[in-house]
Amino acid sequence: MFEIFNLALLFSTIRLATPLLLAALGGLYSERSGVINIALEGLMLAGAFTAAAVTHWAGNPWAGLLAGVAAGALVAAVHAVACIRFRADQVVTGTAINILMTGIPALVSGAFFLSSGSTPQIPRENLIPWTPIVLAFVVLVPLTYYVLYYTPFGLRLRAVGENPAAADAAGVSVPRMRYTAVIISGALAGIGGAYLSIGQSSLFTRNMTSGRGFIALAALIFGKWRPVQTMLACLLFGFTEAIAIQLQGVRFGGEEIPNQFVHIIPYVLTLVVLAGFIGQARAPRALGIPYQKER
Amino acid sequence: MLMKLLRELVFPLVAVAFAFLVGGVIVLLIGDNPLEVYGLLLGSALTWPDGIGYTLFYATPLIFTGLAVAVAFRCGLLNIGAEGQLYVAAFATAWVGIKFGGTVVDVFGEPVGYGWATLPAFLLVPLAILTAVLVGAAWGAIPGWLKARFGAHEVITTIMLNFIAVALVSYFTQYFYKKPGDPIMQTVEIGAGAYIPRLGDFIPGIPARLPVSVAFLIAIAACVLVYLLLWRTKWGYEIRATGANPSAAEYGGISTRKQIVLAMAISGGLAGMVAISEVLGYRHRYYDGFSANYGFTGIAVALLGRNHPVGVFLAALLFGTLIRGGIFVDAFSEHVTKDLVEVLQAIVILFVAAEALFRGPFGRFGLLKRSKV
Repeated sequence: MFEIFNLALLFSTIRLATPLLLAALGGLYSERSGVINIALEGLMLAGAFTAAAVTHWAGNPWAGLLAGVAAGALVAAVHAVACIRFRADQVVTGTAINILMTGIPALVSGAFFLSSGSTPQIPRENLIPWTPIVLAFVVLVPLTYYVLYYTPFGLRLRAVGENPAAADAAGVSVPRMRYTAVIISGALAGIGGAYLSIGQSSLFTRNMTSGRGFIALAALIFGKWRPVQTMLACLLFGFTEAIAIQLQGVRFGGEEIPNQFVHIIPYVLTLVVLAGFIGQARAPRALGIPYQKER
Repeated sequence: MLMKLLRELVFPLVAVAFAFLVGGVIVLLIGDNPLEVYGLLLGSALTWPDGIGYTLFYATPLIFTGLAVAVAFRCGLLNIGAEGQLYVAAFATAWVGIKFGGTVVDVFGEPVGYGWATLPAFLLVPLAILTAVLVGAAWGAIPGWLKARFGAHEVITTIMLNFIAVALVSYFTQYFYKKPGDPIMQTVEIGAGAYIPRLGDFIPGIPARLPVSVAFLIAIAACVLVYLLLWRTKWGYEIRATGANPSAAEYGGISTRKQIVLAMAISGGLAGMVAISEVLGYRHRYYDGFSANYGFTGIAVALLGRNHPVGVFLAALLFGTLIRGGIFVDAFSEHVTKDLVEVLQAIVILFVAAEALFRGPFGRFGLLKRSKV
């Protein structure tokens, strides 16, 4: 039983935490600006599909990655326009984006790859196995921390998410900040998705994120909307996923260990945090509230 | 009265029209003729008897989930946990059908030891239906309680509970109620005493091969009951008051916390009723992953139906039509697949949610000038 705790488990944890971290950091920008982003799942799917499709056509994973980022940003822009310009309910819009992004990739791949929702296999030399890992852990976490707490942009971002009226009075354009934040979240979730399709595996399959966008959201809440804590939460959730994979088929005292229970650890932990048993998770104050300038 | 109804209808119809327009552009980009595709989508679903029979069958679970989301909405809550609620309820319902439905005999005639007792149908069916409602209600009440007690946002908690629900029932199915060696993740069959009849079994003129069952009639009854509950009872009044203005409701002596738990429980119970059509009326077992996103489509149904039982019923018929028609699109159109249905659903939700789209700059075109209800 305990021989599974080894170096391979550590690497596997980091690998599995990477897409979560990319999406969660994306969500952090969006939610810190006051826009709920339960569309992370859909944004990841957009990135994953576009990256795989473009890599297949162009034969170049970097073009694929870039396209995945652009797709994530574009879909996020739809979410942003609906939420900010038209003051739609952010959760409802997010749900719509998630449904849209299970449909569109399937529709497109059904038409162009004659498959039921997956892209063709991408050859091994056209995959990017490690760059997103470095990007997420070494570049984006410190960068986000710095931007959020030590730059005027970060200050405005947080102000817009906490008290948009005050930020507005101080001359910050609330819509512009929110558009920027939501589009950044799409770009980052897009990288996370791309890493799934052209990094960890070698093709896009229908619904390949299988709830990772929601786990990323859970990690963001578990990390109390802060970059370093969110990273730790992603590592924890990546670890549980790694354990679940390792435990498959392992017998403990003659009994198979049901991996369903390992799978739900992130969700249960998040519920516990939300109920306030481990510290208090306080969301940005203006989260979910459309801003309307007073006339 | 008639004018009011018409006004209520205008906005959803405009939203659907816009969604079909955008969907048509997508179809065009993919390289098919939108008119042909829409002909397949709507035309094949509306033929008698098969088209309509299947459309009603697909609409049934959507009526339940649409009502579930609508009741929560009326209390100011967004229940995106209908998916989890219906999974837990479906498993529990199957469990009752297995345990009290008598001993199951496998293909070789060997008894499989799952049943405890054999209840007669007139007891078993009500018991199973009650289980569906109560278990769904209990699972729905959890996020309600978490919100009322700790202020935890119901959207996040219901998302988490969806995953937990799916994992739990898959665990029990895999380790306790699956027939040994069955490669499919499903429980053994429920006892025949728990089956509910198909409409074709007792209504002359409807072929018995159509899967639309008594559950459809129960769904209509649920629409009526939800209407009576929301607009004709004190409970309903308090739920709506809480949704309209929580602080005013609190000031008026309504315990909003209680209403939140109550509304989520009712919502979960309605979502759980999907088990009636899927488990008792159709599959006669719990089948892992049986729900084709009924819970999430319920959000679209409720939004399009303006959170009113009549609207929910009509919207569910529309989406039922799309699901049925999608099968024909898959089979007969050149490029487009049934995934178009999901895309249309999503665009409908986007348009309905971004209501201001039709009131803001476009409001000048006179589409909608009335202020929000």
